Amino acid sequence: MRIPCPHCGTRDRREFYYYGADDYLRRPAADAAPAAWDAYLHLRDNPAGRLRDLWYHEPCGSWIAVDRDTVSHDIHGAVAVADLGGGRT
Amino acid sequence: MRYSGLRVIAEALTGHKGWKPVWRDPAPQPDYDIVIVGGGGHGLATAYYLAKEFGQKRIAVLEKGWLGSGNVGRNTTIIRSNYLLDGNEPFYEFSLRLWEGLEQDFNYNAMVSQRGIINLIHTDAQRDAFTRRGNAMILNGADAELLDQAQVRAMYPFLNFDNARFPIKGALMQRRGGTVRHDAVAWGYARGADSRGVDLIQNCEVTGMRIAGGRILGLETTRGFIGARKVGVAVAGSSSRVMAHAGLRLPIESHALQAFVSEGLKPFIDGVMTFGAGHFYVSQSDKGGLVFGGDIDGYNSYAARGNLPVIEDVAEGGMALMPAIGRARLLRIWGGIMDMSMDGSPIIDRTPVEGLYFNGGWCYGGFKATPASGWCFAHLLARDEPHPTARAYRFDRFLRGLMIDEKGQGAQPNLH
Repeated sequence: MRIPCPHCGTRDRREFYYYGADDYLRRPAADAAPAAWDAYLHLRDNPAGRLRDLWYHEPCGSWIAVDRDTVSHDIHGAVAVADLGGGRT
Repeated sequence: MRYSGLRVIAEALTGHKGWKPVWRDPAPQPDYDIVIVGGGGHGLATAYYLAKEFGQKRIAVLEKGWLGSGNVGRNTTIIRSNYLLDGNEPFYEFSLRLWEGLEQDFNYNAMVSQRGIINLIHTDAQRDAFTRRGNAMILNGADAELLDQAQVRAMYPFLNFDNARFPIKGALMQRRGGTVRHDAVAWGYARGADSRGVDLIQNCEVTGMRIAGGRILGLETTRGFIGARKVGVAVAGSSSRVMAHAGLRLPIESHALQAFVSEGLKPFIDGVMTFGAGHFYVSQSDKGGLVFGGDIDGYNSYAARGNLPVIEDVAEGGMALMPAIGRARLLRIWGGIMDMSMDGSPIIDRTPVEGLYFNGGWCYGGFKATPASGWCFAHLLARDEPHPTARAYRFDRFLRGLMIDEKGQGAQPNLH
């Protein structure tokens, strides 16, 4: 599998670390209820099909949100998390 | 029909004309007391123990494909109970004890072979960790032995003992561990369940759940609506997809795990062995093929096929451990889909929907758990309380901070 890095172009999967679904971009407020933190940390849709997930491209040090199909492994696009606005806090 | 040596001889003398189909192929009834979703090892074991040990009647197992078509037939067949944590070890030791009596219990040859498993030690720190693990196993009634290098050398003289980076300094051994003929486990449980009146309904996919007032009423399936007083879901690999019918999100990601079989070689690996400096484990099948595997592919996937980097990693681990296999050719590689939970441990619990129960999150260790998983899930379904060895496998352990994290990796399923 090859992943398109917005900065470096299409690169081998081995250059990337995997983090998980993009739920991590929606961090609850610090004083949110425990259930909100539980959902953020642990609960996932885990779809069979299109999923947006987070990959870290080690050579350029950027986090990337990849639009990917978990059944076919097709990749439909990727954007830098920094360009999404907000991003990981 | 009861199987015995006498029966085999009698059939051999009469042209093997007396063998009958091992289970019925019934059409679904309009409703059941208990419906199990998933006709794999865990689902069939659950139905078997519900009927045999818990006296339940009017049970059905729904399977979207054919019986045993999922991970029970796609694994590397290892059984063991060499866990560290209190939430896990009693459960897996219960499972190993059930394995030891399984063939007599369900009158089926599952080729349970307690050929021993060793976890190799490469550093002093690893010896300390495995000593602790072995003590935890012994405290929970399991067997464990610490082997020194000479003892390992006597068993497997061809290993790369003096590897400059990963010298082999010893091993943790569990002699009662071993391998089991995996398909026969599904078939044995299916036959045992069917003979006790359980309807095993194949080619019947669940397409929806009928829920009213917070209670399950039954299942929409490709073979029509099937009513149920209780529903138990045991579909590891597809858990998120099936439980989404009840509107539930799970602490689970689906990941691909690959397994490998080499061409047949003369016997040279008696037991099961794991490399301690990388992720590689191996045993030799009765046909001579080396059966081995390593890490999951590392990213969410429902494709039952793997990716090349993990194949390379597994091959490197194998070569570092036993350079002698370098010229063996691979016969087969395949992938299966695992329920990877957020702490690397399974879930056997009730759900917020009354009458709906869940069994899943087996990560890549589900096969060895099959008998205890079935027994404990049957216990929960029949009595509405968890079995003593499965009390820790709750959904709310994540919310309450009571994770059972053998590897200490945190909520990162691809690292478990």
